[in-house]
Amino acid sequence: MHQPILQVAGLTMDFGGIRALNNLDLDVSEGEIVALIGPNGAGKTTFFNCVTGIYKPTKGSIDLFHKKKNRQISLLGMKPNQVTEQGLARTFQNIRLFSQMTVLENVMIGRHCRTKAFILGALLRDKKTMQEEDEIIQTSHEILTKIGLQRYENEIAKNLPYGAQRRLEIARALATEPVLLLLDEPAAGMNPQETIELVNLIQEIASEGQSILLIEHDMKLVMSLSERIFVMDYGKKIAQGTPEEIRNNPAVIKAYLGEEVDA
Amino acid sequence: MDYFIELLFSGLSRGAIYALIALGYTMVYGIIGLINFAHGEIYMIGAFTSFIIATILTILGFPALAIIVLAGLAAVIWSASYGYTIEKIAYKPLRHAPRLSALISAIGMSMFLQNYVLLAQTSDFLPFPQLIPDFAFMEPIAHIVGSSDMVILVVTTVVMICLTILIKYTRIGKAMRATSQDRTMAMLVGINVNRIISVTFIIGSSLAAIGGMLVASHIGQINFYIGFIAGIKAFTAAVLGGIGSIPGAVLGSVVLGLTESFATGYISSDYEDVFAFSLLVLILIFKPSGILGKVDTQKV
Amino acid sequence: MFTLQEIKRSLLVSIWFVFLTFPLMVIRVDSIEKTVQWRWMNMVYVAIGSFLLSFVFRYMLQRKEMKSDDNGDDDKKDKTGRSFIHQGLADPRYRNIILGSLLAVALIFPHVFSTYQTSIMTTALMYVVLGLGLNIVVGLAGLLDLGYVAFYAVGAYTYALLYHFFGLGFWVALPIGGLLAAAFGILLGIPVLRLRGDYLAIVTLGFGEIIRLVMENWGEFSQGPSGVSNIPRPSFLGIDMSLDTALIYTYYLMLLFVIFTIFFVNRLQDSRLGRAWIALREDEIACQAMGIDKMKTKLVAFSLGAFWAGIVGVIFAAKTTFISPRSFTFIESAIILSIVVLGGMGSIIGVIIGAFILILLPEYLRALSEYRMLAFGAILVCMMVFRPQGIIGSIRRTYTYKKQTDGEVS
Ligand SMILES: Nc1ncnc2c1ncn2[C@@H]1O[C@H](COP(=O)(O)OP(=O)(O)OP(=O)(O)O)[C@@H](O)[C@H]1O
Ligand SMILES: [Mg+2]
Repeated sequence: MHQPILQVAGLTMDFGGIRALNNLDLDVSEGEIVALIGPNGAGKTTFFNCVTGIYKPTKGSIDLFHKKKNRQISLLGMKPNQVTEQGLARTFQNIRLFSQMTVLENVMIGRHCRTKAFILGALLRDKKTMQEEDEIIQTSHEILTKIGLQRYENEIAKNLPYGAQRRLEIARALATEPVLLLLDEPAAGMNPQETIELVNLIQEIASEGQSILLIEHDMKLVMSLSERIFVMDYGKKIAQGTPEEIRNNPAVIKAYLGEEVDA
Repeated sequence: MDYFIELLFSGLSRGAIYALIALGYTMVYGIIGLINFAHGEIYMIGAFTSFIIATILTILGFPALAIIVLAGLAAVIWSASYGYTIEKIAYKPLRHAPRLSALISAIGMSMFLQNYVLLAQTSDFLPFPQLIPDFAFMEPIAHIVGSSDMVILVVTTVVMICLTILIKYTRIGKAMRATSQDRTMAMLVGINVNRIISVTFIIGSSLAAIGGMLVASHIGQINFYIGFIAGIKAFTAAVLGGIGSIPGAVLGSVVLGLTESFATGYISSDYEDVFAFSLLVLILIFKPSGILGKVDTQKV
Repeated sequence: MFTLQEIKRSLLVSIWFVFLTFPLMVIRVDSIEKTVQWRWMNMVYVAIGSFLLSFVFRYMLQRKEMKSDDNGDDDKKDKTGRSFIHQGLADPRYRNIILGSLLAVALIFPHVFSTYQTSIMTTALMYVVLGLGLNIVVGLAGLLDLGYVAFYAVGAYTYALLYHFFGLGFWVALPIGGLLAAAFGILLGIPVLRLRGDYLAIVTLGFGEIIRLVMENWGEFSQGPSGVSNIPRPSFLGIDMSLDTALIYTYYLMLLFVIFTIFFVNRLQDSRLGRAWIALREDEIACQAMGIDKMKTKLVAFSLGAFWAGIVGVIFAAKTTFISPRSFTFIESAIILSIVVLGGMGSIIGVIIGAFILILLPEYLRALSEYRMLAFGAILVCMMVFRPQGIIGSIRRTYTYKKQTDGEVS
């Protein structure tokens, strides 16, 4: 049941002289919500970038366990699109939507790696291509309905309110049918009402068995959502455990000194 | 051996001219991240302006030295004014637009200026008066090193030294460096970024104007199209050295000038431009950061 | 609008421009005859022209800023009041009427107008296709290709040289020209498409110039600067045609090809591949993170664009029966880019209108044709500054669903 799906060991990332990640170990099991926290500049986003193939880590291993294929796949050295194909999907800390495309089209892009039509398909519009196209539209529509964005479907993405843009990033990532969903500060910049809705949404997604790894600064959100927490500071892991353990961990309190830890 | 030295000096003076133009590319790129495609045209306008003024002064019977100085001054003043105006019209409104929009605008500006000069002046090649006399003291070595090669080298060296002092030690130079590192931060600490950008365009254009005058007098003819090829080559030099880096631009220019000179001298002159373009393509593909440039990683 | 201050500002601008343009516009010297010509009238024109244009410039800039301020943008407006043309084409009834009548006009055109007009129209149609081809690369995929003309040259020289050396005919050369151009696109694309946008632009420009210079200097192969002449016109089942008939035939051929291109590009745009191109244009990193293979997607766009250019190149060689390196300068690439930018990047109707304006207008307004390149430059600048989306901005497609999912609405 609690099969680890992502296993990262000894991950190290150097930028010139700066060691942004230092020998980091982390794992996520199936169906879990895991949080990765740490002060600003701790290296959380860099961790995501390494795992998703955007940066090439200096050292370490990243393995994804594929249940369907029942085998371990090393993600090291893969291009970002290959990583996504293997089953990791992410959102970005600074929203990166396709701003001139409609909301629905943004989600449809997420279906790209699960579909096949190409030049000839586009030209001939044969039955198979049209079926696939229908499937793309239908699935995307369903995902948007689930995320609660169906009323914006044909709006241009950049005209959406901020909170809705963040949710759209999640919808887009879900469309790739990820084994593990990576969320980089999904609540950043949201108002309290939007944050509550987001918590509900994440819980709903998780209840369907989706494994999630999330970065977040909002402690209340982290404590209420996650089953396990990893804490980073200066590129190193300084603690891991359940929310309860983390709350009382002296190293964590020290790292966050001056920041609100208690929920 | 004489032939070698001849090629060496012609390569160096070629490189010096490229450097004068390449600096404008590199400085503008360093500050606003734009390939100022119209920069070659500024150089061409400098050559035309100095041509017009020099001819008038010759007719009026001015002494040679006065002609050089006044024509050069006029070229600098007008090229700088064009550079300043172009920035205000074609680039400033696009400061927050996608990078490619500004580049397209720059290409448009380049076409516009070329054809503006074509229509206002002529499409023919104009014979450019020889402004730089053959010095008597150069006589013994004149068959190897021409006087104008020498003048080009000396003038360029002086200009480079002035530029270095300006950028290293003056207030405006410091502000320019700050702006090129981080425009937002520079603005926050009270630097008038718009002014710095204008100053950059003015300096770059002035250098190009000097280059324009020198090269026109050296080669002896100009037309509206000279800016295009010279611009591309200077850009090649800037990229070769590492675009954004001022010493890089000079280094790249000298390397390009020398290689061109030796390649045409020892191999064949038919493919002179093919050679420069191929070099450009190869550097961009294999080492886009150039010799002295920094590799830029995109933060996500 | 016309406050005293505004007038003062325009006056200053006007004085500045008089100063700026003084040496080039007013003086003309002859260094051999030692004469100077003063053209003071030009100064007056510049003064008046810049005075008026400065109002227009500021007004347009203000309008653009206001638009982006209230988040109005044109996209939003499109929801309620789309542009006239889009509205017309959205409704299938109007669309059929519009397209039908356009087609009818196109079909009878050569029978109503002279061969000369038909020939000009054929040229315009060629630029429509070139524009649509470049539109795939620049408009959809966001790759600024400044050496597009190189692929056009590859197509043209393919036919010219295949005929010259092997006596191959038009119909054989047509696909070979297209495929060879596409192959060049792939060959060039593999190393250069990794580059950042502005470097890509310069590299493609360099490549375009290299192709032209090689054609100019490699005399044994391409006959050098004098070019290849006596290229046969398109043949039809081996029938001998008079010059007029051949021109009309070429026109219809081109028309057919335009229709096919529009049909294809339209379908591409709304396909999985087309969406990937647009996403790539919007944000490369996000695009990759969504599982799109960046290189492959770019390469397909690049080589498809090249393919079209190659085909039009073959037709061009057949139409003019003579080609030389001078037909393939950077200017040509810039013209095609102007068509795409003026019409609206990514918009099919826009590109078609852009091609007709930019190719036909200077043909018919002969007085203006001298100013053609000047105007093209100005168009590129003005479009970028005031209306980056072009005259007809592209609109995103909206979708409707077969199965209504009412039940799930919370
Ligand atoms: N491309 C890069 N080049 C150089 N340094 C980088 C790069 N990306 C990240 N860094 C550095 O790595 C460190 C970690 O940055 P990162 O963005 O991962 O932090 P973070 O934990 O996500 O912070 P935040 O909570 O503010 O998002 C920082 O010091 C940052 O400057
Ligand atoms: Mg971060």
